[in-house]
Amino acid sequence: MGPHSTWFDYLPGFENLKRFMAGPLTRRWTWQVFQTTHFEITHVIIGTIVVALLILGTFSYSRSVRKLSTEQALLPSPRLNVRAIFEGLADAVMGMLDGVMGEKNARKYLPFLGSFFIFILFSNLISLVPGFRAPTDTLKTNIALSVLVFFATHILGFKEHGIRYLEQFTGHLPLKSPLVILVPLMFVIEVISHLIRPAILAIRLMANMFADHAVVGVFFALIPFLVPVPLMLLGVFVSVVQALVFTLMSATYISLAVAHEEH
Amino acid sequence: MVRNLKVVSGLLLAVLTLFASATAFAADAGGTGGGSREMGLAIGAGLAIGLAALGGGLGQGRSASAALEGIARNPQASGKIFTPMIIALALTESLVLLAWLIANSLSGKIG
Repeated sequence: MGPHSTWFDYLPGFENLKRFMAGPLTRRWTWQVFQTTHFEITHVIIGTIVVALLILGTFSYSRSVRKLSTEQALLPSPRLNVRAIFEGLADAVMGMLDGVMGEKNARKYLPFLGSFFIFILFSNLISLVPGFRAPTDTLKTNIALSVLVFFATHILGFKEHGIRYLEQFTGHLPLKSPLVILVPLMFVIEVISHLIRPAILAIRLMANMFADHAVVGVFFALIPFLVPVPLMLLGVFVSVVQALVFTLMSATYISLAVAHEEH
Repeated sequence: MVRNLKVVSGLLLAVLTLFASATAFAADAGGTGGGSREMGLAIGAGLAIGLAALGGGLGQGRSASAALEGIARNPQASGKIFTPMIIALALTESLVLLAWLIANSLSGKIG
């Protein structure tokens, strides 16, 4: 198997399916840095599997909680089952968002950002199962996620502040001083920095996942016996940290957008 | 003694760069049609990842040393120091990986 093949390549009709879908859906571009891209549906299938697993997990969680009485449901679970895992994840995300945004905002945006965290975490971790690829190691999935974050920050900023949200782009220069002449320059700088944020979020996640997969692949080619094990542990670590960094950066951008200046 | 060493090493470095540029011209004269383009791409890719690793190593070393010093002063705060240190390491590592992506796509254009 090559470095990018998965179990799905062994399905009987897979090549025909790829060729069939590549007809209307493929695109051909040769930019400065990117060569012609090839069409893939593997990452879509694996992303769907991750989402399906998460939905099954939530159903199992709700069924196990419904069986308990009220007091038992409030206490954390004594054993390590699905309930403990999901409650631990939700607690961790809530603690992280609480540190960034304050408690009121964290409660409001916990479903949105927590979904990002759990999806990216499980997508990264599924790449360690042999025969699967992370759907987040392509730019395609990651740009979808970061475009969502981009639109969310600006729409939430406009909802919170109204049209005065645009004051953030001027850098809060006081209106009476002669520094007002710098406002167009500040506007351009702020717009560029806002536009690069989704790109850098997506590229950071993709580069980390791709590099980790490539390093483990190289060590598998050299010494397949016991040496890749520490590297797969590093892969677990990198997966968790990258999910955390994505969520933390998104939370920082949203908190900057909805922050109220107190004087 | 130290000043002489610096002067001698500086002269040696200048002479070596002269030799390096001489070999570049020699290869251009005798190479095939795509010879100097491939050489340029290869040198670019190597320099990109080399300099990125240098800068990334320095940055991560500084952040790790600051975190370790904080833990040494106050071992009880090690949990609260560890998490921001990991985040800082991940963020500087992402810049190194950006340069690796460029180096990879440049070296993919060879041949």
